[in-house]
Amino acid sequence: MKKKSSFSYARYGYLFSLPFLIAFLIFSLYPTLYTATIGFTDLKGIGKTTWTFLKDDPFANFKWVLTSPTFKTAFENTVKMWVCNFVPQIALALLLAAWFTDRRFKIPGEGVFKVLFYMPNIITAATIAILFNALFGYPMGPVNDLMVRFGLLSEPYNFLVKKDIAQNIIIFIQTWMWYGYTMVILISGILGISPEIFEAAEVDGANGWQTFWLVTLPNIKTILLFTLVTSLIGGLNMFDIPKLFLLGGPDNATMTVGVFIYNLAFSGGYIYNRAAAASMIMFVLIVVLSAFLFYLLRDRDEAKLRKIVRQQEKEYRKKLKEAAAK
Amino acid sequence: MKKNQAIKKTLIFILCLILAVISLMPFVIMIVNSTRSTAQIQQHAVSLIPSVYLANNLKILVGKSFNPAVGFMNSIMVSVGVTALATYFSTLTAYSLVVYEWKARNAFFSFIMAIMMIPAQITMIGFYQMVYKIHMTNHLSMLILPAIASPSMVFFMRQYMKPALSLEIVQSARIDGAKEFYIFNRIALPIMKPAIATQAIFTFVSSWNNLFTPLVLLTDQKKYTLPIMISLLRGDIYKTEYGAVYMGLTLTALPLIVVYLMLSKYIIAGVALGSVKG
Repeated sequence: MKKKSSFSYARYGYLFSLPFLIAFLIFSLYPTLYTATIGFTDLKGIGKTTWTFLKDDPFANFKWVLTSPTFKTAFENTVKMWVCNFVPQIALALLLAAWFTDRRFKIPGEGVFKVLFYMPNIITAATIAILFNALFGYPMGPVNDLMVRFGLLSEPYNFLVKKDIAQNIIIFIQTWMWYGYTMVILISGILGISPEIFEAAEVDGANGWQTFWLVTLPNIKTILLFTLVTSLIGGLNMFDIPKLFLLGGPDNATMTVGVFIYNLAFSGGYIYNRAAAASMIMFVLIVVLSAFLFYLLRDRDEAKLRKIVRQQEKEYRKKLKEAAAK
Repeated sequence: MKKNQAIKKTLIFILCLILAVISLMPFVIMIVNSTRSTAQIQQHAVSLIPSVYLANNLKILVGKSFNPAVGFMNSIMVSVGVTALATYFSTLTAYSLVVYEWKARNAFFSFIMAIMMIPAQITMIGFYQMVYKIHMTNHLSMLILPAIASPSMVFFMRQYMKPALSLEIVQSARIDGAKEFYIFNRIALPIMKPAIATQAIFTFVSSWNNLFTPLVLLTDQKKYTLPIMISLLRGDIYKTEYGAVYMGLTLTALPLIVVYLMLSKYIIAGVALGSVKG
């Protein structure tokens, strides 16, 4: 009886997911396939929509991108700026998350701090990019003003023409915008750990440091990986801040792959075919990363999960005993 | 031991204070400078005392191509549209995954998980070409309609709906003679309210802040959204008008800051919720 009723309702399953599917086909799948196609054509020039496939060498656009020194610089910048912002970001977020969830003490004003640390994340990145451009202005930007007033500089310094400094400011902006977000996620991860495990650690006399390394960290491994992969995918697409902060300059020092593709296709060049080839290269990279995340998030068997938790507990006790024996 | 703990606590508190100042300082400078004249800013770019040039800065700002009111209205239209479509259709799609047993269900869910991390930005060339071909580049609908397919929100809604919506309620509504679509609108949607509220806030904010897609699609000044308006402040016409630039930045950031401070409790709880479910 039950089976029969669910069978007759099955068509609603298809019906209710139809709008999603149609929108996906039109606005996601088709553009993706179209981008891939354009990568193999001669499509360039403003307002052009007709194209023919490249005959001599179908992969010419891809080859051009992969051998382009600007693409290489852009890719290196993107990876470098992501790594240099992610490491301090995750370290700071972990530290704050561990402190804010510590059962032995409570920091006054925790709630207010959380709100303030997360705030930069909510503000339009375009606004932030231009604000920082103004803050580091020369000769009389606020940073110069403060540094001269406090005697850190004898005269105003033109920060924004220096390649390293420009890159480091972007790294700072990214860290500043994202550590609060990461912290909130890690806090919720730590609060999701069964309190009994912490109690057991306390009973066994683990100090704060041991608890952090042996209990907290192993238990938020999945969330840490999730943060890593999502941040990496976001980082590979970094666009707003580098585009508006210094337009990719000075001397391509803050040029990211996103800015590279945008400039190639939409600002001046209209070289759609090469931009599409560069997009597809990044697309493949991101698909590989999301496949990894997919593997990570797949529905796990409850029993298997419980087994893992038990095993972790056992391992932790063993490690603690070893530490005590030393 | 206890003394050590107190010292540690104090040090952590001081570090947090420093971080809080770093979080706030750029915005404070921005807001104060929006009330100061360009001459005052050139003399001392940092001051904590507001001046009286707010109206004057606004006049200079609006006197050039910057039209915050237009940007604001367009951004409202796009963000409200995106939020409404994304939350409604994602909940509907999640409902189809949770309530009905259909052959392709598991495959469809796997598919949604597989595509949810792929950013729209990466296939923009094809999207632009498609929109250009049908002569829709300056139509805001092209920024709104794609929201009907928001895979990551479907994922979130499904995870939330699974424990929240009992199939018995659906079953008993059927016995009372309710139609499937009616059950979704009248029973499932209200149950999903907390999840919808959380997702609505984040979708609204990310749509509000989106620069890339509008920058590619919109060429008509009357259709510009706020982030594109902001990008105009980077241009040469404002090169020496510091007061006006700070004014423009404040105009775009202050509403967000105010709304954020009012809703911060829910927003932060929402970030936390999203990660636990993910």
